[in-house]
Amino acid sequence: MQILILLLQIAMVMAIVLLHVAYLTYFERKIIGHMQVRMGPMRVGWHGLLQPIADGIKSFFKEDIIPQQADKPLFLAAPIICLVTMLAALAVLPFAEGWVLADINIGLLFIFAMSSLASYGIILAGWASNSKYTFLGGMRSMAQVISYEIPMGLSLVGVMMLSGSLNLSEIVAAQGTSIFSIYLFPQIIGFFVFFIAMLAETNRVPFDLPEAETELVSGYITEYSGMRYAMFFMAEYIGMMILASIGTVCFLGGWNGPFVIPFFPPFWFILKVYGFLFVFIWIRATLPRYRYDQLMAIGWKLLIPLALLNIFLTGLFKALVH
Amino acid sequence: MLSQLIFLYCALVIISTALLAVRFHNPVYSVLSVLVLFFHIAGLYLLLNAEFLAAIQIIVYAGGILILYLFVLFLVNLRQEIKSQRFVAHHRLSTVVSIILGLSLLAIIPYFKLGAKGNYPVARIEQLTHTKAIAMELYSTFILPFELAGLILLIAVVGGLVLARNDKEETADDVRDSTATATPEVQK
Repeated sequence: MQILILLLQIAMVMAIVLLHVAYLTYFERKIIGHMQVRMGPMRVGWHGLLQPIADGIKSFFKEDIIPQQADKPLFLAAPIICLVTMLAALAVLPFAEGWVLADINIGLLFIFAMSSLASYGIILAGWASNSKYTFLGGMRSMAQVISYEIPMGLSLVGVMMLSGSLNLSEIVAAQGTSIFSIYLFPQIIGFFVFFIAMLAETNRVPFDLPEAETELVSGYITEYSGMRYAMFFMAEYIGMMILASIGTVCFLGGWNGPFVIPFFPPFWFILKVYGFLFVFIWIRATLPRYRYDQLMAIGWKLLIPLALLNIFLTGLFKALVH
Repeated sequence: MLSQLIFLYCALVIISTALLAVRFHNPVYSVLSVLVLFFHIAGLYLLLNAEFLAAIQIIVYAGGILILYLFVLFLVNLRQEIKSQRFVAHHRLSTVVSIILGLSLLAIIPYFKLGAKGNYPVARIEQLTHTKAIAMELYSTFILPFELAGLILLIAVVGGLVLARNDKEETADDVRDSTATATPEVQK
């Protein structure tokens, strides 16, 4: 019986998240459209509201093309690896007090583990397609993800030191309910590093070099079509939501807000995640793409030293206070 | 009972993927079977209540080191390796040697004895959480070996930088690439 309830909860979380993915693409197109003084999708439904559903049906019925020279098993497995690891990371996110599928003690590390595994999907897609564009895209993504995982992990060490836990629910609880006790203020350097690393980890503009369309067609997904292409898309957007949730949990106080909303405790959590996602889209509409050596220079020469400095300052602060 | 079943499953998968890693002709497949192997080692750690080690196993080995191996593999032309039948010249001789080695390993197993019990039985680790337990031991009892290991890794980082450094500025791009790919393994 307990297993049934858990399965039902998992199905609910997945359904809600996938629905969010669908409408996140809609809002992305709509917001970017309005920022560029266009209307965005308008045709399907009222103001294009049914557009994501039409897109979903279209990609579901499209032909699944496999290149002849591709490494077939890996080519087929790559999008599944991407999507499954991203969905698995959802299990440890606390949406509200007690609203978490798996309340484990290493929640933060689990998310790191899953996001580092998701890069396998991208790398294998790039290699297995046996095409120059996908291969270069895969290589770029690999170097980028490895480089930015380090500042990302280091930037959250400060949060771990302050809260004394890796459990995401306990990190939220440690920040208290007041808006002034959230970790954004003592960990402002950490948040800065985390935010830039977050953009790079999800391959978003201005760090979307793995799929830079002007040079690489569309990078590692060039050879994919139909549902497998959609899987990469979903994985990317779920990755955005997961990192936005991590930012919310670790720096913005999670589900706590100015006042308690009755009947719907995750309200503030969701609102903060939406805020993060809006900034993601806003940045995409605003900034041009970085050059590859600039990307590496920012990661290794700026973010990692800053994150180390942040750890040192946090340790000093803790030592002085106690 | 259930934990024994899980142990058996993990052990079987570990052995078979280890064999597959050696048997595959395509090195990319070998790396992937090692990936599955790392996963099941992490599963064994979880069975022992060592959740921190399990997570680190996946983050560092699967997410860092193995990806660097893939990186190197992609730079090598794989077509010849896939076609060649055998990698070594004296195939018969190596078979005999490896069988002798394997048998002697099996012969050693009965002499395996459990060590003395440490300060951390399962109940205490559960109460303390594994991350805290491992940190306390690492930073109090084993502080000297831990710092020494850190120093050795630092030397490796500096050595890597020296090797990758090019006095002429004309190949600046190469320098950037090699620092980006060579250091994460050492740093983690």
